[in-house]
Amino acid sequence: MMIQTRLQRTTRALIQRLSQGRVAYILAIAYIALGTLLVYLSPRSLIAFLIFVSSALLIYYVRIGKVAKLSLAILMAVVLLPIVGVRNIFYLEVAFQISVFAALALGLNIVVGFAGLLDLGYVAFYAVGAYLWAFFGSQQPTLLHAIPGTAPPGAHFVMSGNMFYLFVILGLAVGALTGIVLGLPVLRLRGDYLAIVTLGFGEVIRVLANNLDKPLNLTNGPQGITPIQRPTLPAPLLDAIRVVLDPLVGRRVTDAQFYNLFFYFAALVVVVIVITVARRLDDSKIGRAWTAIREDEVAAIAMGVPLVRMKLYAFAAGASFAGAMGVLFAASRTFVSPESFSFMQSIGVLSMVILGGIGSIPGVIVGAAVVIILNLQVLQGLSLFLSELRQSDAVIPIINFAWKDLSNQLDPAKYQRMLFGIILIVMMIYRPAGLIPAARRKNELMKEDAAEALDENGQVNDGTA
Amino acid sequence: MLRRFGSVYLRELLRPLGQMIVFVLGSGFVLSAVMVVLALLMRGSAADKALLARNGTDLLTFTLSNLPQVLIDSVTLGFVYAAIALGYSMVYGVLEFINFAHSEIFATGAFIGVEFLIILEGAGRLDGIGNLLAYTWLVVAIILGMLGAGLLATGVERIAYRPLRGAPRLVPLISAIGVSFFLQDAIRMIESLTTGQFHRIIPTFGNFDQRIMLGNIPLSSGPILIGIQVKSVIVIVAAMLMLIGLNFLVNATKVGKAIRAVAADRPTASLMGINVNRIISLTFLVGGALGGAAGVLYALKFTRIDPFVGFFPGLKAFTAAVLGGIGNLTGALLGGVVLGMLENFAGAYLSAFTMGAAGAEYKDILAFAILILVLIFRPSGLLGEQVGQKA
Repeated sequence: MMIQTRLQRTTRALIQRLSQGRVAYILAIAYIALGTLLVYLSPRSLIAFLIFVSSALLIYYVRIGKVAKLSLAILMAVVLLPIVGVRNIFYLEVAFQISVFAALALGLNIVVGFAGLLDLGYVAFYAVGAYLWAFFGSQQPTLLHAIPGTAPPGAHFVMSGNMFYLFVILGLAVGALTGIVLGLPVLRLRGDYLAIVTLGFGEVIRVLANNLDKPLNLTNGPQGITPIQRPTLPAPLLDAIRVVLDPLVGRRVTDAQFYNLFFYFAALVVVVIVITVARRLDDSKIGRAWTAIREDEVAAIAMGVPLVRMKLYAFAAGASFAGAMGVLFAASRTFVSPESFSFMQSIGVLSMVILGGIGSIPGVIVGAAVVIILNLQVLQGLSLFLSELRQSDAVIPIINFAWKDLSNQLDPAKYQRMLFGIILIVMMIYRPAGLIPAARRKNELMKEDAAEALDENGQVNDGTA
Repeated sequence: MLRRFGSVYLRELLRPLGQMIVFVLGSGFVLSAVMVVLALLMRGSAADKALLARNGTDLLTFTLSNLPQVLIDSVTLGFVYAAIALGYSMVYGVLEFINFAHSEIFATGAFIGVEFLIILEGAGRLDGIGNLLAYTWLVVAIILGMLGAGLLATGVERIAYRPLRGAPRLVPLISAIGVSFFLQDAIRMIESLTTGQFHRIIPTFGNFDQRIMLGNIPLSSGPILIGIQVKSVIVIVAAMLMLIGLNFLVNATKVGKAIRAVAADRPTASLMGINVNRIISLTFLVGGALGGAAGVLYALKFTRIDPFVGFFPGLKAFTAAVLGGIGNLTGALLGGVVLGMLENFAGAYLSAFTMGAAGAEYKDILAFAILILVLIFRPSGLLGEQVGQKA
């Protein structure tokens, strides 16, 4: 016991020492350099990538000046990641997905974390945005009377791909509008009913996307819409960038890779905007009203907070970001289908918010990164490992089990639901405030109607914050 | 004294039976009348002509001739929903908590029952057996499903909900969603490990697939046969027995009194010497067992099950519970029957009435539309809350 406390004290002192003063700068830069070097030299190593990504966390935690922090973060996101990303395009995809889902999770965080409204159909707004650009940015408007799957001769694009930029803004507006239209009737409901109704709304949107291929072919049904246009990237600009980028990457950067880079940066811009807006909102009058609603609705009404209007703001703000992200998603994939907008996606985004910390902006980003990396890299890596084992002649010694008899179905990559489920249960029971709890953490998920909540075991969960 | 008890028992057995008959006949009559009036109103409309051109019958004849079969199917589905809805309603009545994982409890029950029958089939015990034995095995399968599902529900409560009982409302709900997702993949993993496939098809045995013919309607385009499958009869009878049994348990026994007491006021019930934790466990056991039985019945009726089979029936059953008035057992029954009716009517008539623009594929979202409407205009449900109403 004594030894342990002494050990703890020494570690803490060490961490303190390392995270302060000049040491911290050197440490942070050295760590980033190490991560970058590792990824640069062995582009396929998972551990190298994890070290690289975790340096973002290090930047967040060390006590260095704000300007230094910011510039290091920008250096990582804008310079280092694109270079290593182009060397192994899979990393760029991971980074893109992290950005997309971080933006979604930040949007959901406004609804769930700030205002305390559990939205289980969040992905519906994302779908609305995606289908908005999928419809106008493809040949679909000329196929209204066509049977899905056939390509009649008159099909053509109705607008140029550069309208994409306009549609990102439109997606914002349409998302907000959808949020208001849905929110108006249902926001009077109590928390758990609201959750189920939003879930229902999410399913409604998915079923509509699946079935609106008749009487007018709006969504092309289960087959989805493809191809969807992307904005054109000006060739002179690309050539100018190539001069710098090619030697760094070590080979010629293709146009497809430039599109990956473009969408990564676009997602990054949205994330930055969402972070800014979310932070400003949280500190504003609206944000305080949200906190009041989250803590105690009755008291909030008594204090003159316009309940429904404030909830609508939260819904609209969250939904608008999802709408904009949907447009971006549709353009980057050049394909949308109803399957991308299932209930599981909503729960995935929710588990990012819960894992990172409800209401906490850095937490939510970390949550998105962890879930995406678990999903895309760790589970897939395990799958790959297992399938290699399956092809080998290896046998587990004691129980005499040959790996090649292992069922194909036991593929970790297929068990995302289990991953989400475990995250949700474990976080709720052991750490309801998340990995990085929000600073002002006494929200709805901590204590609500304490009088009603009589706990027979005396185990009141008042959080860890 | 004895006679008084006797009359209480008899009343609690007969009352739900009477309610079922009233609900089924009432909602059936109302919906049929609505459809007929609609068909009359749309006489001569484009939809009418389109149908006449395609099938040779006008809308009114089409509606009337399909009505008996639709009603029979509706009742079957309605009772399945009611049996699942009771699980939601009981838990909600006692804990005021939406047990989101109930749909997976239902799926687990279905898998246990079906796996048992598959094992029997594998052992050759289902070949050419008589009706009596077939029914016995089916009953055993249902009981096993009930046991497994009930125990699972109790275990889930113990692990994932009880530690969170003091926490605010959304915390256990999120945990329940987690349980739901976890169980879906857990079932899939277990099922796919043995055969490489995660869906199961219930073995065919006994006379469950036969149709009892009730008559036919002669039409110019050929007679329409009206019949009911034996398995539908089994589903209806079994669900009725369960509903009556549950009603009896809750309203006529000492345990039931304890359940009602805990639902009404937990601290006071605890002061009166009721072991609240045990009653809550029991509630989950009973609710889970009903869900499990409903799962086996569902498998019997729809033959194919997979780990995600519980999702839609679960949501619809929840809708049914809310529609009837959540926390209220009679309400769950009414909600289930009404929702089953609405869904089957939509499935049967939507396509003909909208000229194929919107068909049976929209019946799944009909439930959500109803849910939203009920919650907006009558949040306490058709019958209002009688148990455990707290804001």
